[in-house]
Amino acid sequence: MSTSALRPWDRGAASDRAAETGLWLFMAVVATLFMLFLSAYAMRMDTADWTSIVMPGQLWLSTALLLAGGAAMQRAAVAARTLHHARARRLLLVGGAAAVAFLAAQLWAWQNLLDQRVGLSGNPAASFFYLLTALHGLHVIGGLLAWGAVVQAAMSPATEPRRLALQITLCARYWHLLFVVWLVLFAALGWLTPEVVRFICGRG
Amino acid sequence: MALVDTATHDDAPKSFFTRYVWSQDHKVIAVQYAGTAIAVGLVGLLLSNLMRLQIGFPGVFEFINAERYYQFVTMHGMIMVIYLLTALFLGGFGNYLIPLMIGARDMVFPYMNMLSFWVYLLSVLVLMTSFFVPGGATGAGWTLYPPQAILPGTPGHEWGIILMLVSLLIFIVATTMGGLNYVTTVLQARCEGMTLLRMPLSVWGIFVATVLALLAFPALFVSGVMMLLDKTLGTSFFMPALLSMGQASDYKGGSPLLFQHLFWFFGHPEVYIVALPAFGIVSDLISVHARKAIFGYRTMVWAIVIIGGLSFVVWAHHMFVSGMNPWFGFFFATSTLIIAVPTAIKVYNWVLTLWRGDIHLSVPMLFTLAFILTFLSGGLTGLFLGNVSVDIPLSGTYFVVAHFHMVMGVAPLLVVFGAITHWFPCITGRMLDERLGRFHFWVTFIGTYLIYFPMHYLGVLGMPRRYHEYANYDFIPASAHSLNAFITVVALFVGAAQLVFVYNLVRSALHGRPAGSNPWRAASLEWATPQVPPQHGNWGATLPVAYRWAYAYSVPGARQDFIAQNAPLQDGGVEPQAPSKPAPGREAAR
Amino acid sequence: MAIAIALLLIVLGSVAFHVVTPWWSTPLASNWGAMDDTMTVTVIVTGIFFVVINLFVVYTLWRFRHRRDARAAYEPENKRLERWLIGVTTVGIVALLAPGLVVYARFVDPPQEAMQLEVLGQQWQWRFRLPGADGAMGGSDVRFVSGDNPFGLDPSDPKAQDDVLIGANEVHLPLGQPVKVLLRSHDALHDFFVPNFRARMNIVPGQVSWFWFTPTRTGRFEAMCAQLCGVGHPAMRGFVVVDDAAAYQAWLQQQPTFAMTLAKVPAGAPGSAQDLLARGRDLAQSKGCVACHTVDGRSGVGPTWKGLYGKTETFADGSTALVDEAYLRGFIRDPKARNVKGFPPVMPQIELAGDELDALVAYIIAQSDRRPQR
Repeated sequence: MSTSALRPWDRGAASDRAAETGLWLFMAVVATLFMLFLSAYAMRMDTADWTSIVMPGQLWLSTALLLAGGAAMQRAAVAARTLHHARARRLLLVGGAAAVAFLAAQLWAWQNLLDQRVGLSGNPAASFFYLLTALHGLHVIGGLLAWGAVVQAAMSPATEPRRLALQITLCARYWHLLFVVWLVLFAALGWLTPEVVRFICGRG
Repeated sequence: MALVDTATHDDAPKSFFTRYVWSQDHKVIAVQYAGTAIAVGLVGLLLSNLMRLQIGFPGVFEFINAERYYQFVTMHGMIMVIYLLTALFLGGFGNYLIPLMIGARDMVFPYMNMLSFWVYLLSVLVLMTSFFVPGGATGAGWTLYPPQAILPGTPGHEWGIILMLVSLLIFIVATTMGGLNYVTTVLQARCEGMTLLRMPLSVWGIFVATVLALLAFPALFVSGVMMLLDKTLGTSFFMPALLSMGQASDYKGGSPLLFQHLFWFFGHPEVYIVALPAFGIVSDLISVHARKAIFGYRTMVWAIVIIGGLSFVVWAHHMFVSGMNPWFGFFFATSTLIIAVPTAIKVYNWVLTLWRGDIHLSVPMLFTLAFILTFLSGGLTGLFLGNVSVDIPLSGTYFVVAHFHMVMGVAPLLVVFGAITHWFPCITGRMLDERLGRFHFWVTFIGTYLIYFPMHYLGVLGMPRRYHEYANYDFIPASAHSLNAFITVVALFVGAAQLVFVYNLVRSALHGRPAGSNPWRAASLEWATPQVPPQHGNWGATLPVAYRWAYAYSVPGARQDFIAQNAPLQDGGVEPQAPSKPAPGREAAR
Repeated sequence: MAIAIALLLIVLGSVAFHVVTPWWSTPLASNWGAMDDTMTVTVIVTGIFFVVINLFVVYTLWRFRHRRDARAAYEPENKRLERWLIGVTTVGIVALLAPGLVVYARFVDPPQEAMQLEVLGQQWQWRFRLPGADGAMGGSDVRFVSGDNPFGLDPSDPKAQDDVLIGANEVHLPLGQPVKVLLRSHDALHDFFVPNFRARMNIVPGQVSWFWFTPTRTGRFEAMCAQLCGVGHPAMRGFVVVDDAAAYQAWLQQQPTFAMTLAKVPAGAPGSAQDLLARGRDLAQSKGCVACHTVDGRSGVGPTWKGLYGKTETFADGSTALVDEAYLRGFIRDPKARNVKGFPPVMPQIELAGDELDALVAYIIAQSDRRPQR
C-alpha cells in the first residue's frame, strides 16, 4: 500500500503553479485569436476596394495609458513580492485605473471617427478598426473583472501575502500581453498596407 | 515519515445541489457533459433519420420539403460534430478520466470547470431555440458558407444563422474554460511518479486534442464574429458585390474564400479533436481486453503529437475545388498524405497489440475491433480525397459524405460505446447489461457498415451531396434510388437500436450487476481508488504513487496477468525505457 | 468468434461488392482519364492495405482468442518492425501521391489553344457566354445587371458587343477542342459539375475561377450544381451537348450576341399561339422558374403552376386574391410584394422583356383548366 504525502505548503505551491500555467495557456489562446484576426485583416486588404483610414490621434494617448498601466502593475507585483503592502495596493489601483482610462480613450477615438462619418460598414478598413479595437477592449474588460477580484483580496487583511503577490503578478502578466497585442494591432491598423501584404505573400 | 493530505474531509459538498447540480467535482461535471451531449445527440440522430426518409422515399413525407431538409442537414451536422462529439470526448471523457488516470483529486480549476458545463448547456439551449424563431433554423450546411448563409434563398437567413453563430461563440467560451483545465491539470497535477511518459494513452489523446482545441477554436470564433457582423451590421468581410434574389445589394469587396480558410483552419484540427481521444482510448481498451501492453507506447505518443501538429497544415484539402489559388493544391495534397503515415502506424500498433495477446471478446473489445475496421475503411478513403486530382470529381458527392461519416461518425462513436461500457463500472459500480450490449453492438456495427460502405459508390457515380431529391437524372440509375431506400431502412433500424443503448445505461445504473472494484482487471489508476465508484477527492487520505507505466499486462514471472500502476515497485513491470530497471518480474519471482 | 467471422465476411463482401457494383464513374467524355487511372491506383493500393490488415486481424482473433491458462506474450515494442512498417507505408503513400500530383500539374496548366466558355451561375439557373469573333470576353460586373442585360456585361466595352449569349441552360461545345471554362456567379457559391467530364470547380461571387478539359465524345451530358446554394440547389440543372464541328457551327449561328440582345433582335421569328406557349416553356426553363415551380401538381419551393390560374390564393397574412392574368404579371414583376402562405418568400425578381412576360404568362395560364370565377 503506497502512501504519499502532500505537505500543506506544497498544496499552495502547486496551486500557484497551476494558476501560472493556466494563465500562460490562456494568453496563448488570446494571442492566437488576434493573430488569426490579423491574418484575416491582411487577406481582406488584398482587394481592389481597399482604402485605408487615418488613425485617430487619440490612439497615441490610449497607447501611453496602457503602457503606464502595465508599468504600474509590474511595480505593484514587485512591491507585493517584497511585502510592501501599501505600495502594492496603491499601484494595483493605478494599474486598473489606467486600463479604464485606456478604454475611455479608445471610445474617444471611436467618437472621432464617427464624427468624420467613418462607420462600421461601408469601408472594410474601418470595419476592421472597430472590430479589432472592440475585441481588444473586451479582453481589457475581462482583465478588469479579474483585477476587481484581486483588489478585493488586496483590501482584505485575511489574504495570504504570497497568494496576493501571485495574483498581482498574474494581473501584470496579462496587462503586458494586452499591451503587446495592442501595439501589434495599432501597427497593423496604422501601417500595414496592401503593398506590404503583397510583398510578404510574394506577389509584389 | 510522511504527513497526510487532509484535503478530502473538510471541503466535500454536502447538499443535493452542491453535490449533483452546482458541483465542482470533475466526475459529476463529466456526467453532466455526457448526459447533455447524448441528449442532444439523440436530437441529431432524429434529424438524420428524417433526412434519410426524404432521400430514400422522396416526396412521401410531404412535410420534409427543401427548406426543412436543409435545416435538418445543417443542424444534424453541427450538433453531431460540435455539441455531441467534441463535448463528449473533451468535456465527458476528459473530465472523468484525466484526474483519475493521473492520480489527482480533481481538475486544478474546479470552479471554472463547473462554469464550463453551464456555459456549454447555454450554448445548446441557444442552438435549440433556432428551431423556433421566425424562419427557423439555418439551412446553410454545417459549414455555414457565406455569402448564401446570410442571404435570402437559404432557410434561416434572418434569425437562424444569428442564433447558430451566437451558440458557437458561447460554446467556444465553454471549451476554452474546460480546455485550460484539462491541459493545466495534466501538466501540473500528476501524482508522484506519474511522468508524462507513464500516462495512459487515453490521457495523451485527450490532452493533445485539448491543445488543438485551444488553438483551433479561435479561428471559428474569428469567422463567426465576422459573419455575424456581415449579417447584422452590413459589413463586407466575406460578402462580395452581389445580387440578392435578383436585386443589387450593398455589400462589396468581401471574400467568401477568406471564410473558408478560417473555417477549415479550425475545421480540420476539429476532426482530430474528435479522433485523437478516440485513438488514445482505443489503445487502452485493447491493452486491457487483450491483456497485453500497447505495442510501441512511445511511438504511439509521438504519433498523437505529430498528427496533432500536422493537423494545422492540411486544412485546404477541404478546398481543392473551392476556386482558391490552384498552386495551394500541391502543398495541401502533400501534407495531407504525409499525415497518413503516423495514422497508419497507430493502426499497425493496435493490430500488433492484438497479436500474441490473450483476447477477451468482451463488449468493449468488440467495439474496439469494429473501430479498427471502420477507421481503416474511412481513413483509406481519405487518401482518395486528399490526393488532389482524385478529389476533383469526388468533391461534393456522396463519396465525401460516406468518408466523413465512416471516419468521424461511425468509428469514434463505436469507441464511445466501448468506452462507456468499459468505464461504466468505474462510474457507477455496476456493469452494463451484457446481452443488451451485444445486441446494440451488432446492430450498430453491421448496420453502419451497410449504410456507409455502399454510399461511397454513389459518390463515385457522381451523385451530389446536399440534394433533397434526385428525380430524372439519366446518369443516376433506378438501382441507385433503390440503394438509397435500402440505406434509409437500415438507418432507421440503427437509429432505433441506439435507444437500446440509452435504455441499458439508465437501467443498469439503477439495477445493474454490482461490478466490484476492478472487473476488467485493468492496471491504470482510475480503478485503484479506495472506493469504486470514487468518492469526492478520489484517493482518500493519501494520493497514489505511480511506480510504472499503465500497461504492465502479462509481465513474465508476475503473479497475475496485470500489475497495477501504483503497486509496489518490487512487483516489477516497469516500462521498457525505465532508467535502471530490474528485469520485469524478477523481483516478484524471487 | 462471431466477430472474426463477421470481419472476414465484411472483407470478402466488400471486395465482392466492389467487383460487381453497378455504381461506378459515369462513362468518361473528356481527356481526364488520368484522374480515373489515379483513382484506380488508389483503389488498388488502399484495397491491398484494407484486405491484408483486416485478414491479419481475423487470423489474430482466431489464433489468440482467450483460452484457459493462455497468457499473452510480453513484447512492448519492436523498433525494427516499426521502422519497416513506416518504410512500407511511406512507399505506398508516395505511390499514390506522385501520379496524383502529376495529373494535377496538368490540371492547373490549360493548353494555349483552349477556347473560352463562361458559365454564369445565379440562384438557380445557368447561363453561358462565348467570346465571339474577337476571341475576347467583355468585362462584366453585377452593377450592370438589368432586365435587358442579365449577364451584367459592360455596355461600354467593345469586346463585349460580339460575345455570344446563351440564356438557356443548355450549351454546346465542339468535339476535341480544349476549353477553359471561366466560372462566374452573381450571388452565391455554385459549382458547375458534369460527372462525365470529371473536371469541375466551385464558382465564387466576386472572382472568376476556372478549370479546363477537352471533350472527347459527342453526346448530351447532364450538368448540375455541386455547391449548396440555397433551397433551389437541386433544381439548378443544365446540359452540355458535345457536337462535331459542323453541328456545333450550326448551333453557334443561332445564338444571339450581346449587341443583338441590346437591339432586341429576336433570335427566331415570332409565331403562332403554339409558338408562344413553346417560348413560354423555354423561358420557364431558362429563367430558372422550373427550379421552384412544377407543372405536374407536385409542390416545390414555390406553388405548382398546375391549376394555379383561376384559383384563389391565400397569403401569409390571411388575405386572399384571385389568380388572374394581372395577378401573374404583378407577382412576376414584384415577387416581394406578397408572400403566399405555406411557401418561403424566396422568389427572385427575374428580368423579363415585355414579350417574354407575355409568353411566360400564357404558358402558366395553359397549365390550368380553370377560368377565373368572379
